[in-house]
Amino acid sequence: MRTRWIVPTLYILFLMLPIYWLLNMSFKTTNEILGGFSMFPAEFTVESYVKIFTDPTWYSGYINSIIYVVINMVISVSVALPAAYAFSRYRFLGDKHLFFWLLTNRMAPPAVFALPFLQLYSTMGLLDTTLAVALAHCLFNIPLAVWILEGFMSGVPKEIDETAYIDGYSFPRFFVKIFMPLIASGIGVTAFFCFMFSWVEMLLAKTLTTVQAKPIAAVMTKTASTSGYELGLLAAAGVLTIIPGAIVIYFVRNYIAKGFAMGRV
Amino acid sequence: MNKTLNHRAWWMVLPVLILVAMNAVIPLMTVVNFSVQEEFYGEFSFVGLQWFADTLADERFQNALIRQLGFTFTILAIEIPLGIAIALTIPRSGVWASVCLVLMALPLLIPWNVVGAMWNIYALPDIGFLGYTLNSAAGLFGHDPASGPWFDYTQEPVAAWFTVVLMDVWHWTSLVVLLAYAGLQSIDNAYYQAARIDGASRWAVFRYIQLPKMKHTLTIAVLLRFMDSFMIYTEPSVLTGGGPGNSTTFLSIDLVKVALGQQDLGNAAAMSIIYFLMILLVSWLFYTLTMQGGKK
Repeated sequence: MRTRWIVPTLYILFLMLPIYWLLNMSFKTTNEILGGFSMFPAEFTVESYVKIFTDPTWYSGYINSIIYVVINMVISVSVALPAAYAFSRYRFLGDKHLFFWLLTNRMAPPAVFALPFLQLYSTMGLLDTTLAVALAHCLFNIPLAVWILEGFMSGVPKEIDETAYIDGYSFPRFFVKIFMPLIASGIGVTAFFCFMFSWVEMLLAKTLTTVQAKPIAAVMTKTASTSGYELGLLAAAGVLTIIPGAIVIYFVRNYIAKGFAMGRV
Repeated sequence: MNKTLNHRAWWMVLPVLILVAMNAVIPLMTVVNFSVQEEFYGEFSFVGLQWFADTLADERFQNALIRQLGFTFTILAIEIPLGIAIALTIPRSGVWASVCLVLMALPLLIPWNVVGAMWNIYALPDIGFLGYTLNSAAGLFGHDPASGPWFDYTQEPVAAWFTVVLMDVWHWTSLVVLLAYAGLQSIDNAYYQAARIDGASRWAVFRYIQLPKMKHTLTIAVLLRFMDSFMIYTEPSVLTGGGPGNSTTFLSIDLVKVALGQQDLGNAAAMSIIYFLMILLVSWLFYTLTMQGGKK
């Protein structure tokens, strides 16, 4: 079929148009945007980007977001590793129920938890810290990490574990030296998904922070409402939020499709 | 894989259990607590299932639920077939396949509020690409611009719905594509060769080879899309704010309005629990049904 490339091309075009529109606006002045419809910026300006990179309220938003995403990624993957190993290798009391219960947390609407989370984290004195957001995002990222890692680990034959134990490896040494390199791609995919879901989630991140640890989303909303409607600035900020994701996708491009398919639901 | 019985494996699961339980059980208990009590100037009194009865009888809740169901089924009906169709046209390997996957995954990694803001501007009738194009097209077909724009999602409920659905298709169809594609990748070439020898039609190949092989990943796709679309909050709240009127006020948006806007905790808590139970029930039903079907 020589016409087969048409469908993906049209679909990609459909996906890229809104992104192009955002990019287009980010290089216009707000006056030009409001002035009327145009496909290209008439006076090309990087003023909005300069503002974001020089104004601390703006760039600290990005730094905060990246900090809690990374903390969350590290916590989720490191606690999920032993748990996923346990689920893939052992039977134990209540294992199936525990696994399903973990997954049900992926189904909890953040809107339901926003208010109780606020109370919980203010009691713990963690309100307005990046740690609070990182811990809150564990709610859906840990179950996901366990789920994906368990799929990858089940693909490693058990004989490898047994041989290593016979050869005198202790469990921690075996796990770090032999097992983790075997599922390196799985760990990569898991980290990618943790990054993704923590980076895109905004309701909890916004609820749990007020001043110090404000994520970029909250900065964007606040700017949009206080300093009038600075569309150019807003568009530039939006474009900059796409970049980290694009970089991460590039690194895991060969594993994305596989990672989604792992696990047993 | 045959697994060893080892109750000490609990120690390996413990950190996960503690972290998730802290985040899930404590807040859930708070919600349950609020849902059975009445607050009157700081004094709490037990009211049983009163809040649940009130919520279920509330017309506002029922309308939000109907809109939610309508939205979820619309996007499932569009995204699942479209995602499968697109996945079928991506080649199995090569540079073009990589390019497709990377570009298609891009919308999935954009923060949800940015997705909302992006479509908010993109669909504006006068200066957004989508709104402008649609209105120009309407002009060509004889719509009189003097009577206001033909497509204006900030005023017209139908246009608002169209925009919200299109935004969701834009945002999430790629997830279905990636999952369906992963399922297709697991098919051995021998199947296709056998089909060719048997002279199977394109449809037969799809129906008897590709679809059964994609079943597992498609189950994940439907479940994820069902759960996430049922929980949708950020994108429509940034795009339309639930309006015009209440036309795009889905369950989450309504819930946040009740909980944070009106500080009506009992009502909001009862609503949360009904809401959570619905997602749980449907997911469990779907999961059990598809898994049973697979065993036969």
